[in-house]
Amino acid sequence: MAMIKLENVNKSFGDLHVLKDVNLEVEEGEKLVIIGPSGSGKSTTVRCMNFLEAPSSGHVYIDGTELTSKNKTKVVRESTSMVFQQFNLYPHMTVLKNLTLAPMKLHHKSKKEAEELAYHYLDIVGLKDKADVYPTTLSGGQQQRIAIARALCSQSKIILFDEPTSALDPETIQEVLDVMIKLAKENITMVVVTHEMGFARQVADRVIFMEDGQIIESGTPEHFFNNPESERVKQFLGKIIR
Amino acid sequence: MSGLFSPRAWNKIWIYRGTFLLGLTNTLKTAVVALLIALLLGIIFGLMATSNRKILKSISRVYVEVIQNTPVLLQMCFLYYALAFSGHSPGIIVTGFLALGIYTGAYMAEVIRAGIESVPKGQFEAAQSQGFGYAGQMFYIIIPQSIKVILPPMTNVIVNMIKNTSCLYIVGGADLLSLTYSFVTGENTGGSYAPAYIVCGVIFFLICFPLSSFASMWETSLKKRDQKVFQNGTPKEA
Repeated sequence: MAMIKLENVNKSFGDLHVLKDVNLEVEEGEKLVIIGPSGSGKSTTVRCMNFLEAPSSGHVYIDGTELTSKNKTKVVRESTSMVFQQFNLYPHMTVLKNLTLAPMKLHHKSKKEAEELAYHYLDIVGLKDKADVYPTTLSGGQQQRIAIARALCSQSKIILFDEPTSALDPETIQEVLDVMIKLAKENITMVVVTHEMGFARQVADRVIFMEDGQIIESGTPEHFFNNPESERVKQFLGKIIR
Repeated sequence: MSGLFSPRAWNKIWIYRGTFLLGLTNTLKTAVVALLIALLLGIIFGLMATSNRKILKSISRVYVEVIQNTPVLLQMCFLYYALAFSGHSPGIIVTGFLALGIYTGAYMAEVIRAGIESVPKGQFEAAQSQGFGYAGQMFYIIIPQSIKVILPPMTNVIVNMIKNTSCLYIVGGADLLSLTYSFVTGENTGGSYAPAYIVCGVIFFLICFPLSSFASMWETSLKKRDQKVFQNGTPKEA
């Protein structure tokens, strides 16, 4: 059974038809990378997977359960986490509090358990020494690694990444990608919207290309980067990989 | 000058100082109860104004616009006389609580709305993506960040409300200004116009000035602190 399933998903913002009948299945443990030009509906697609955007029509299934506006809080809490372009750490809390909030308040962990979990994941992202500082004192790359650690602390099966490196200085992009590559070795289902083709090539099980609210092409990274079928994909990759 | 320089007039005020103290107590009592009502209404309508549901937003908008764009004196008369004529006269004291509470609530709602809207959308989304419901989002993530934006203007709203207790005069209240008026027009106490109004004004000033200075100092210090954070942190996150 697919971990994530989108069935005939449409999304409109007013007159703007952003997603057009998108069908997509992501298997458990799969690393799916979504690429495509801006405005193609990539972000909207992942944001439908945790109901930050409710589809205008169609169905979204997470681990076999249909996601609805009624059960979204519960299903999202149990199954998905998200890493945002702008990090969205809570600025009024220390790094440690950022990491322990959801485990303590939503997953009923004791303070001790939650902190052990937090230090474990801070270690994985290489920022154990930053537990007691406030997020705004950190660099963009560090903040994004903290955000990834926060997502991991929920121990959900699915992590959604919405352009995680697009707001970063070129110098700090690699440190975030390194963490994500490390993560890709685990059995977590990852859906990553990105422009980092090196990352896609290295970790993706499957790459999909979106344009104008539709999935134009789907395949392994080898297929994609060596001999894509569609002219549009060739053109896009030609521009982005120099 | 109605006794401005008359020792006798000032002496009369000293003798009747109990009247002014009673007025002050009534004004403060009214202010405290009205504040509780205003806070409750402000929180409810402020949250409604920031909800995603159009209907809730519209209801809140109507309340705020109707209250803010009609005189508080009219609202008091309306409430007092309308209720009186419908046979449920709530009395002057309750009218005061309700009218001032409802009036101030509209301003509270706007202050709370602005405070919540000052928190970036990404914070709501991060909370939702972790599985926080509406109450959890507000309690742990949004309110703690908006409280510093809310409190200084809220203090100003409270200062205005304390001054507005004087409008109760129109329905014959027993607040500080109404009692001052009764005092200067009273049969036995009348005449000491200037001294009485000066005393009344000084009392209002002594309550309101510290509050509003406190609010503006608070605002300045919060702004300074935010600038510091902005310089140290990445502007993107701010």
